[in-house]
Amino acid sequence: MNDILPDPVLSVRDLQIGIGNKLKIVHGVSFDILPGETYGLVGESGSGKSVTGLSIMGLLKRPLNVTGGALHFLGHDLRRIRPRDHRRLRGDRMAMVFQEPMTALNPLAPIGRQIAEMFVIHRGMDWSEAKAKAVEALESVRVPSPEERARAYPHQLSGGMRQRVMVAMALACRPDLLIADEPTTALDVTVQAGVLELIADLCTAEGTAVLLISHDLGVIANMCQRVGVMDRGRLVEEQDTKALFENPMHPYTRGLLAARPRLGSRVPGERGRLIELEQMVADEDRGHDVPTLVTPRGPRKEVTA
Amino acid sequence: MSRFILRRVLQMIPTILAVVLIIFVIFSVVPGSFVSSLLAEGRNVTNAQVVSHLNEQFGLDQPLPVRLWDYLSGLVQGDLGTSYRTREPVWQTIAPRLWPSIKLALAAMVLAAGVGIPLGFLAALKPGSVFDSATMVVAVSGLSLPEFWFGLLLMYAFALQLGWLPSFGYQPGSISHVILPAIALGVSPMALLARTTRSGVLDVMNADFVRTGRAKGVSEPRLVRAHVARNVLVLVLTTMGLQIGALMGQAIVIEKLFSWPGIGSLLVDSVATRDIPVVQGTVLVIVLWFLIINMLVDIAYAVIDPRIKVG
Repeated sequence: MNDILPDPVLSVRDLQIGIGNKLKIVHGVSFDILPGETYGLVGESGSGKSVTGLSIMGLLKRPLNVTGGALHFLGHDLRRIRPRDHRRLRGDRMAMVFQEPMTALNPLAPIGRQIAEMFVIHRGMDWSEAKAKAVEALESVRVPSPEERARAYPHQLSGGMRQRVMVAMALACRPDLLIADEPTTALDVTVQAGVLELIADLCTAEGTAVLLISHDLGVIANMCQRVGVMDRGRLVEEQDTKALFENPMHPYTRGLLAARPRLGSRVPGERGRLIELEQMVADEDRGHDVPTLVTPRGPRKEVTA
Repeated sequence: MSRFILRRVLQMIPTILAVVLIIFVIFSVVPGSFVSSLLAEGRNVTNAQVVSHLNEQFGLDQPLPVRLWDYLSGLVQGDLGTSYRTREPVWQTIAPRLWPSIKLALAAMVLAAGVGIPLGFLAALKPGSVFDSATMVVAVSGLSLPEFWFGLLLMYAFALQLGWLPSFGYQPGSISHVILPAIALGVSPMALLARTTRSGVLDVMNADFVRTGRAKGVSEPRLVRAHVARNVLVLVLTTMGLQIGALMGQAIVIEKLFSWPGIGSLLVDSVATRDIPVVQGTVLVIVLWFLIINMLVDIAYAVIDPRIKVG
């Protein structure tokens, strides 16, 4: 079956992230992202989704670092790559959109200039050429009157507009992989859909693979072809999106699905915090068991390093 | 912008009024007067008739509200009064002292900013390094150093022992004379700026937009230059403004030590002789300097930070 699949853009194998040997946050996560595919990582806060994304970008903050496993991106071994070469990949071949559009942009620089910087760094353009390209990039994310907006400062734009700017910036150099870490969590529900649609449209048009990190199952369901479910630093289930929603196999996934708020459901106990749900075991009791990875081929024990 | 400046100038008036009032009240409460200070100098003014004549001449026989009113009505017309001692208009006593004082304050600030800010930056870029620790030890020492003692040390080393620089005095246009007093005066704002810059850089380096910059593939030197520096400057500017403003007043000790003919040494001399009109005038000048610097800092904010609107 493998021989008909194209080479993955990103291949994560038994990824471990922690602080030296003392603290482990991610305990051996493995997944592949194929070219043009949108892969969702879903899980509770603190399940290790974000640090997984940051580790791919090489942006883990000390003292956090990758302590084991392998990260391959377009033929580059990201664990052995020189920091300088990793930096050249960032923004150019792999890009990231963060959760907080309000603080993710430099407050003292016009947004056009901040987008233009991408072309200056990665394409060696001069500023005037780069700024013209930045206006085009703003146009592509459907920012109205882009030429005028390019001169605006972040504080003059709404949260939704800023996130569009972030998307324009991330996709400026037509990367092979976009990591979107909760890209719409901080936005109004009314603008969430617009931003997600934008990411989907642009990435489909350019064949950009997307790693979508979210705790919002609705977002995941609409955007992703495949989903990985993370729980306490482990990937516990990986399935095609449709299959996952129709037939979740891992108890954690079932809990996650049951924890979704449903319109009109007011009965207490019908939905609630994950740990309060019947099929879930209380946090303290979960402490020692190792979650098992459930695949369509049946459960298997999590690989230990 | 001009409306902003006008409004700020108008806002200075109550501050100035308050300062005038406070000085008037203080000097009417403290023991001694100009006449008694003449006595202390050994001049023969024991004669009651002479004393009352002098008091009458200077208007010191008038009650406080009357004197205050006279002073204020003169101030409105730009008249700072007449010195008891020299019998010259106060403005003429202060004016030649103004430039030496400004020169010293600016020289101290150029030194403080020119050394303190880069030191703070370098320390913050390698937090916890030997350089960082050494810089902060020096900064804390700089803050705790008594100025006059440090000034004496400088004099001893560079003037007496090495003979590189003049030990004291002022010469118009001379740079060598300003170096030692500027170092002595600048060391504490330098230490403060180094610390403020360091914490500012550490703060900004943790900001989300810096992470965005890294995610864009911006190199660290470029990140610091193009994104961090300006954001830090906004933070440092406040400290810098307050320091330049305060320097004129802080210079009193240093000016006396280096026989620097500035506002500070004039103030000390005038207080000693209870030459109240000159005291009033010099304090007013120091306050005005502070207010003007503050206004300039606010304007600078608006230039650097687009989020701040002036007007």
